[in-house]
Amino acid sequence: MAHIQLPEGLPGILGPLAISPETTKVLLELAEVLLRGPNTLTSAEREIIATYVSSRNDCRFCQLSHGAAAAAHLGGDYELIDRVKTDYASADIPEKLKALLAIAGKVQKGGKHVTTEDIERARGLRATDKEIHDTVLIAAVFCMFNRYVDGLGTWQPDDPQAYREMGQRMANAGYGQPEREEATARS
Amino acid sequence: MAHIELLNDLPGIRGLMAFRPETAEPLNQLADVLLRGPNSLSPGERELIATFVSSRNDCFFCQTVHGAVAAYHLGGGEQLVLDVKRNPELAVIPDKMKALLAIAGKVPRGGKEVTTGDVARARESGATDMEIHDTVLIAAAFCMFNRYVDGLGTWAPTDPDMYRQRAPMIARDGYASSVPGVSAQES
Repeated sequence: MAHIQLPEGLPGILGPLAISPETTKVLLELAEVLLRGPNTLTSAEREIIATYVSSRNDCRFCQLSHGAAAAAHLGGDYELIDRVKTDYASADIPEKLKALLAIAGKVQKGGKHVTTEDIERARGLRATDKEIHDTVLIAAVFCMFNRYVDGLGTWQPDDPQAYREMGQRMANAGYGQPEREEATARS
Repeated sequence: MAHIELLNDLPGIRGLMAFRPETAEPLNQLADVLLRGPNSLSPGERELIATFVSSRNDCFFCQTVHGAVAAYHLGGGEQLVLDVKRNPELAVIPDKMKALLAIAGKVPRGGKEVTTGDVARARESGATDMEIHDTVLIAAAFCMFNRYVDGLGTWAPTDPDMYRQRAPMIARDGYASSVPGVSAQES
């Protein structure tokens, strides 16, 4: 049971998104530009950052849906995503992404946890200032989404398959208005 | 000194927004719709929620900017803003605001900290579901803004007058009007 009255059957963030069109439009635009807009970081890398932060915040809906989106970008490599969440240092990902995940993990605890050493390490592995900026902002934005989803006590499915379908849709169609996405899925 | 080369000397989030206009646009729109859009909570009440959360997250720039705007909306009530930051339960504000601030104060610690008891208290004091939704989203959004500002090590003016002087302009013109380029010239 969610804390407030939400439409039946809409999982996670889709419930609150359905009742607040003005904020929803902007939140979806933010997700789209951050995770899918033109960037030197791939969409898979950016979804991995989102997934990692959501897992640190213990938000089931966000970590499973964005984890599935990241896996979908990587041809269905769900094992890699699980490894990133449990121990990214041993995951088969570029060293630069590891340094960016270290920064993202600090942001999750609080902005002031990020140190100049964290930044220097990422720069040493050829992360650009824009990539560092986007990593901090993606991590911060998921500290918002995670709190929005859990702070309203939204319903979140148990079945992992539900998230895989969501992730596919997020990876293929992006973060347009949910109504439109569903219309596309039905047609 | 910010962690990255912003190529401008604007303070706080404004420097970050000038650095990355593509993300600045939805971020400013989010602040405008949440804090200034049509709502049964007044702009002053919503700025108080933003200020309170930013103070719990120890973000000097955000709590000072939004505290100054809240005080301006509330007729120069700087003492009231200080009282709310110290302890909303003892401040001279309606019971409904106390209940909403109690919810907002849980959100920085994590979405799951919000209890059905917190929500029931807000409802009993007359809060609508939409007001509870907006309170959670404003609190979550400031957990994002605060991390963005501090995670990239931005600088903030220490003189409270700098914030007081900008407050009437923000109250009148909003956040989106301080988009990069415009804001770069004005100060």
